[in-house]
Amino acid sequence: MQRRWTTAAAAITALALVMGACGGAGTGGTTGASTAKTVKIISSLPMTGASRTQTVEIVNSIQLAIAETKIPNVTVNFEALDDATAAKGSWDAAQEAENARKAINDKSVVAYIGTYNSGAAKISIPLLNQAGLVMVSPANTYPGLTKGPEKGAEPDEPGKYYPNGKRNYARVVPADDIQGAVGATWAQELGAKKVYIVHDTELYGKGIADVFRAKAKALGLAEAGYEGAQKADNYRALANKVKDAGADLVYYGGIVDNNPAVLLKDLRAVIPTIKFMGPDGINCSEFLKQAGPSANTDTYSTFGGVPPEKYTGKASEWLKSYNAKYNNNNPNPYAIYGYEAAKVVLAAIAKAGDKADDRATVQANVMGTKDYDGVLGKWSFDAGGDTTLTQFSGSISKSGAWSFVKELAAK
Amino acid sequence: MGGWQIDLFLAAVMIGITNGAFIALIALGYTLVYGIIELINFAHGDLFMLGTFVCLSTLTLLGFSTEVGITGTPWVALLLAMLAAMIFCGLLNVLAERIAYRPLRRAPRLAPLISAIGVSFVFVNIGLFWQGPTPRRFPDLLPQYDFVSELLGFESLIRFTFKDLFVLALAIPLMLGLAWVIRSTRMGKAMRAVAQDSEMAQQMGIDVNRVIAFTFLLGGVLAGAASLMYGLYNNNTVFTLGFTAGLKAFTAAVLGGIGNVNGAALGGFVLGLLSALTVTYFGGQWENVGVFSLLVIILVFRPTGLMGQETGEKA
Repeated sequence: MQRRWTTAAAAITALALVMGACGGAGTGGTTGASTAKTVKIISSLPMTGASRTQTVEIVNSIQLAIAETKIPNVTVNFEALDDATAAKGSWDAAQEAENARKAINDKSVVAYIGTYNSGAAKISIPLLNQAGLVMVSPANTYPGLTKGPEKGAEPDEPGKYYPNGKRNYARVVPADDIQGAVGATWAQELGAKKVYIVHDTELYGKGIADVFRAKAKALGLAEAGYEGAQKADNYRALANKVKDAGADLVYYGGIVDNNPAVLLKDLRAVIPTIKFMGPDGINCSEFLKQAGPSANTDTYSTFGGVPPEKYTGKASEWLKSYNAKYNNNNPNPYAIYGYEAAKVVLAAIAKAGDKADDRATVQANVMGTKDYDGVLGKWSFDAGGDTTLTQFSGSISKSGAWSFVKELAAK
Repeated sequence: MGGWQIDLFLAAVMIGITNGAFIALIALGYTLVYGIIELINFAHGDLFMLGTFVCLSTLTLLGFSTEVGITGTPWVALLLAMLAAMIFCGLLNVLAERIAYRPLRRAPRLAPLISAIGVSFVFVNIGLFWQGPTPRRFPDLLPQYDFVSELLGFESLIRFTFKDLFVLALAIPLMLGLAWVIRSTRMGKAMRAVAQDSEMAQQMGIDVNRVIAFTFLLGGVLAGAASLMYGLYNNNTVFTLGFTAGLKAFTAAVLGGIGNVNGAALGGFVLGLLSALTVTYFGGQWENVGVFSLLVIILVFRPTGLMGQETGEKA
């Protein structure tokens, strides 16, 4: 079946090429080779659930990038897919696999922008890898997608995601092996002595919680507890345990969809002064909106790069055009990563020239991105597909918004 | 740390009882309907979710969308919100019965079960359309008063707050009221008669359709009341709430013996307690494992549930 389709597709492509060549000759074209091409970029992000605020902004950013980039002889189409389902209210493995297959089967697709959740990337990377389609994530931070066990990943990572042996996945955000560590260092600077680590039992959440845990241990912070907590109506029993253990800081490894806002509220009810810290998974306006007054004090988050109010140069120009186009008051921090991911893909398509619709060429161009001068600064993808940027920032919640505190350096 | 602590245990028990009260109220809706027409009304959890949205909308309409800047508890607004949710959920449940279940009453048993799943999807999507895909914050309008520390002057892990009192003070009378309706009113007698043998009841002059509609009304009203408590207690609601809440309540109903009203209430409390104790002693990731292991064990040794009794097969 597979072979028959391939043959049919090849036949149609050949026919199209012949007809295209004839058309070119008929109109008396001199160059002949550069016929107009149409390519497509697909994004796969959770558009249903608590992440929606950020994912809509990422999609806006991608559209902004596509609209302002003109590539000669190439028309770039874009389709935003949702990898969340209404039944689950957050990303869903089956839906993500379906999106990846949809992208693979549409021959005009040359790049896949996504995913938002590291667990979802685990599903689509191997599928796209076998189809030779490049994937650029604006938001995955779990180390094991690109790095080995020495960076806090499982023993068979990242090899198992790349069955054909060739890397097809890159991310424009720095990974959690750095983020978890800067979080622990910052926790100590904030005066924490005894930390209670909670994760949402997902790949990303547990991954970063483990990195935080290892670093906290190395720094000499006492561990009051470590446990997974699935999405629940309330976390009162857990909050009591935290109080009983005498913790002065709770680190939450996880995403906003899994109810950290309720956890924070229940913690505040029993220990009003406890510090609460989380990674980029809670660094969004949605978390603060849900947490309400509980987030008014001692609530911290870390994030790759700097928040919108600290943008300079190209980033601040981008912010201006984003705000103008979408009539938005500073988007969440991931929006700019969506823009950068799209720009890198567009640059790879432009560089491919006549081969803009060739997946292998676009993939090689994306993976080979060097000294790219983008809105995030000047950076490259390393051999594993990771950005060379390692800058993180720490934010505190202040009257309903995340407010920049300081830059956090990887040590 | 270390060793067995009485205060940690008692605190977990307290939390379990309050959490169990919600589960019990929703479980009653499952068990009432099952007891009378042997239908597992999968849409019941989603009805409860819509109830929380009615409460939220009513409170927003009355100007209490957030607790910020509000002093004191707006009892009148809360009462109105609860009445609105009770009426809405009760009527919607009756409507669902009229449209999706009654025409299938004589059909094979799988048919109404599937239509219940269909109604559940309809409710979920109404919720999604109404309040959007992201979780909504529910205003924290009840006083933060802790009786144990502030009244008794006793600092410990054990807390009995105004919120806990509010939940129990509403849930327990509602359950007792339901028991009274079933035991001592004419309608309750008719309900029991229909549950035993609906054809015979009809021949004795009982309007079976009316009795069944009334049962759905009762289940909906309880879900509506539970929805306000849930919102004020957890300060959060989302359109997918019904699935998880429904699953827990259904488990509680089966645990207690589905079809048995006292059993559903007991099952709810047992489930709440077990959840809290598992989280306290084994960690959050074991919560569902603990709950469902107990369900399996109980069903192996008592297939009819804790309080269920062997009933003759009904038509």
